[in-house]
Amino acid sequence: MSLALHSPVFIVLLPLSASLLCLAFSRIHRKLGAYVVQLALFGALISSLVTMRHVLAEGTKSVHYWMGNWAPPIGIEFVVDPLNTAVACMITFLAFVISFYSKPFLENEDWLHYGGYFTLYGLLTVGLCGMTVTGDVFNMYVYLEIMSLSGYGLIALGGHKSMLAAFRYLLVGTIGASLYLIGIGYLYAMTGSLNMADISERIQPFVNTPLFAFVVACFLIAFGIKMALFPLHGWQPDSYTFSHPGAAGFISGCMSKVPAYAMLRYFFYVFGIHNTVMGALMNVLGIMGICGILIGSVMALAQYDFRRMLAYSSVAQLGYIAVGMAMGNIYGFIGAVLHLINHAFMKSSLFLVVGGIAYRFGEVNLYRLGGLNKKMPVSSIATVLAVLSMIGIPPTCGFFSKWYLMLGAFEGQQYIFIAVLVVSSLLNAIYYVRIVEQMFVQREASLTEIHDPETKLGMPLSMVIPIGVTGLAILILGIYSSSLVTNIVEVGLPEVLLK
Amino acid sequence: MTEIDPRPFLAIGTAFLAALLVSVSHKYPNVREMWSTVASVIMFGLVISMAGGVLDGVTYEYTLFYLTDTIGLTMRVDPAGMIFAALAALLWMPINFYSIGYMRNNHEAMQTGYFAAFALCMGSTMGIAMASNLLTFFIFYEILTISSYPLVLHERDQEALLASRKYLAYTLVSGQLFLAGTVGVYCISGTMDFRAGGFLSLDMASPWVLQLLFVLMIMAGSVKAAVMPLHGWLPAAMVAPTPVSALLHAVAVVKTGAFAVLRVLGFVFGPKLLSQLGIADVLAWAAVITIIASSFIALRQDNLKRRLAFSTIGQLSYIVLGGALLTPLAFKGAYLHLVAHAVMKITLFMCAGCIIVRTHLHNISEMNGIGHKMPVTMGAFAVASLGIAGTPFIIGFISKWNLAMGAIQAGKPLFVAVWVASALLAMAYLMPVVRMAFFRPEPVNDPRRYGLISYCMLIPICFTAILAVLLGVNPELFPPDFYRLAEMASSAITAGWGGGWSD
Amino acid sequence: MDALNEFLARRGIYTLVMILFFLGVYGMVLAKNYLKKLMAMNVMQVAVIFFYLCFAQKEGGMIPILVPGNVDPASYINPLPHALMLTAIVVSMGTTGVAIALLMRIKEIYGSVEEREVLRRASK
Repeated sequence: MSLALHSPVFIVLLPLSASLLCLAFSRIHRKLGAYVVQLALFGALISSLVTMRHVLAEGTKSVHYWMGNWAPPIGIEFVVDPLNTAVACMITFLAFVISFYSKPFLENEDWLHYGGYFTLYGLLTVGLCGMTVTGDVFNMYVYLEIMSLSGYGLIALGGHKSMLAAFRYLLVGTIGASLYLIGIGYLYAMTGSLNMADISERIQPFVNTPLFAFVVACFLIAFGIKMALFPLHGWQPDSYTFSHPGAAGFISGCMSKVPAYAMLRYFFYVFGIHNTVMGALMNVLGIMGICGILIGSVMALAQYDFRRMLAYSSVAQLGYIAVGMAMGNIYGFIGAVLHLINHAFMKSSLFLVVGGIAYRFGEVNLYRLGGLNKKMPVSSIATVLAVLSMIGIPPTCGFFSKWYLMLGAFEGQQYIFIAVLVVSSLLNAIYYVRIVEQMFVQREASLTEIHDPETKLGMPLSMVIPIGVTGLAILILGIYSSSLVTNIVEVGLPEVLLK
Repeated sequence: MTEIDPRPFLAIGTAFLAALLVSVSHKYPNVREMWSTVASVIMFGLVISMAGGVLDGVTYEYTLFYLTDTIGLTMRVDPAGMIFAALAALLWMPINFYSIGYMRNNHEAMQTGYFAAFALCMGSTMGIAMASNLLTFFIFYEILTISSYPLVLHERDQEALLASRKYLAYTLVSGQLFLAGTVGVYCISGTMDFRAGGFLSLDMASPWVLQLLFVLMIMAGSVKAAVMPLHGWLPAAMVAPTPVSALLHAVAVVKTGAFAVLRVLGFVFGPKLLSQLGIADVLAWAAVITIIASSFIALRQDNLKRRLAFSTIGQLSYIVLGGALLTPLAFKGAYLHLVAHAVMKITLFMCAGCIIVRTHLHNISEMNGIGHKMPVTMGAFAVASLGIAGTPFIIGFISKWNLAMGAIQAGKPLFVAVWVASALLAMAYLMPVVRMAFFRPEPVNDPRRYGLISYCMLIPICFTAILAVLLGVNPELFPPDFYRLAEMASSAITAGWGGGWSD
Repeated sequence: MDALNEFLARRGIYTLVMILFFLGVYGMVLAKNYLKKLMAMNVMQVAVIFFYLCFAQKEGGMIPILVPGNVDPASYINPLPHALMLTAIVVSMGTTGVAIALLMRIKEIYGSVEEREVLRRASK
């Protein structure tokens, strides 16, 4: 059983070593590297599940894993609490499932591209998982950069236009990372520690100083850029639109959620929200969230490129998470975490569908999807589920996160949030229902096939199954949301909220 | 007395399973329609098997799973829920046969989707009827919205597209308002379980918060119940095939709205709190305006389905008005009118559909002499029309009598005048159709061609017309015993609140 | 004059670092050439590195290399920020590498790294 005790580190270690070896294996045989990475991703999924079981069975609030057995605050540690494992499970699950989906897109590539793609893909997973489980602020910077660099690569693989998108994202992303680094510097200068748990205690004397406010502002902007929080979202629509279609589902699903989660961890677990600086910050975050929800939705309404519409919709949905955090009470927190997980599945599912349509028909204009329900039944059903979830129709998962957000708003008597949530649901309905209308109603199909359907379901099985799985996950997450909340989220609630 | 019993979920599950089976067997029309027929019979059996228990004062309850830590997806069959559940289950059987006849004779496309969505609608209506708390109620409310959307969109043409958008806009907005209200209610009271007589009270929050929540939730119900000025979707939704108009836009969907209003009035806020807040009067006057205005609009409609739609709008406001009066007899009348209007209006719509299938006529002005060739259809139409106008010995009379008594009980006899006026108006907009059908000659120079008689369609019409008369003669006759159920529901709501009316 | 000296002694270097950082951001926003934007980005990253090295210093401290005979930790400067910055330098090199690779592809595709030119051709 000693291996089970080491499971937290395997979440990161397995994909990391596999990605580094991937190109070498690919040289031997074109597809071998991909299999190695997939195996490692599966291993990471298993380890995160084992870790989750371990954490929940322990009854303790978190499991600390010391790297090389160096005790913190000297050594680097991984801290795994129920929330961390839930997010890690989400990342590894999506990574594993979508890795199958990517393969048909790479069919005609040589070993270098095939292997390179999966190297980047594995490294992206490493970065995301590492950011989630690490308990060291500088370690998080390293994972942030691993995530960003591999993300730039995956976005750049998407074709001609993606180069520019990736380059712009790189510039903006680097500003974010540098601000984060400055924030860490100040934190270290104030507290003399890099360990999160340590910092959370030592920072308390400083919480009313201007320096602390500066740190918090740096973190807000840094993670705001990475999670595409309005008005720092400028890089995001282009990047999502032009990223590699095989990875777009994963990038859109996780790459903005994990920085959001990191921000949530800093604000609720490290800094604590009951001081004047954080109080002011919560207001700012709330306003950013509200603007993001409204403007993101309106911008999404104006798009005709399916992927771009989804990208703007992400801006709006990230606004939900920001609003949930800004409420600063238990329900808002639960809503934010739940939406973080739910939205990852919804958006992944939709991007996978778009990728499938692009793969088979080379079409991304959402006004030319007529008759898709006959040609790609599984995708259409997944789309309907995801759309219902986006609007917030029960029993899909999107409803439950919205439910907790509304409860949080009432609890905090921030009625403006309720109005915004209602309005945004209706805006979502407008721009998502037109897709369903197109798919099911538009009779004259203007789609021309560029790939043969291959199977009865319209696409290769390795693409249909991930779409089906993520679509089903939307429903399952909805039905089991109460056990997710009571068994995982509520166990891992930050102490500041429990007082 | 409460019994743990999974039958409510079995009834819902039957319909949802039928939807699945229907969509799987799209290649075999007979098998497909067999599924929905079998499901309708099983559902009726399940619901009716609980009716006896409910009449004896048993409440059936079952929690499938928990939605949040304290709120479960729970079904509880109380008398009020039983009325609506039994009504929907009872009417699904005739309308299912009628649908088969209508869709086949009218050569409609996309029949699989139609029957699947229809079954989904029935399942969610069942869920709404028996939901034990606001969240469960809301979930099925939204499923109903979503599953009736493809039915409005059935024709897949521009008009249907616009109508369905309108429909979705109205119903989604109402859903979101309801959700906001639900959240508020939960936050101030910490519970969501419907309780006869209401679970909110004045000490929970300041009056303006309670009034705001009331307005939110009632607006949500009023959209589906088509209370003016929130009625716009209903006439537009008449583009749907006639069986859809018959069941959904005369029975299931709109009745869901009326039922939601009654649930909110009687089981969330309760008559006591409402009389303290004094806000139910606003609702009552909105209903009065709707009743009168919709009747006048109905007079001017030439399209038969549209005329019936406006008639529906008016009749639904009877229920809302009955609830808003807050007296025992008015509640009883409201619940009875839920049943009465459903039975009568479904007959009228089925007749209209029959006319469309056989003659392709939509407009009343072209229907001269139609009764000579379609005596049974138009006879049923006449019976139902008289019922809508409140003629004795037809079920509409009983409900209206109770409603009028309720108004007197509330000390507001003015509302009786409203009912009398509206009955006369109903006479004025429905009887001309009967008169033209029977007492005008057929146009000679332009003889119309009649399609084949379909017994699949004719028998359901006779069934509901006879039902209307039977229930009118003896409302306690039928196994669900709507009269006693309504009495139980209304006395449960008003029990424990002594004041406010004179006996 | 004393106040100025005091300021320069205590905060002067940080002010310079901050100016350098914002010069970098300024360049990234306003430069019309993508390569120049990239260089400005490097300036910004270097500013962050300077910042770390500055606050690691202390008066009378020596470089953190163990000198035989001197085991008093107070006589050395803090080695941790230096170690962190080694990582940061590697990361910034990686970022620059990726950025240059992207720029080369942009140059191949659009024939230019001038922002206006690239955007004009991209929008076609």
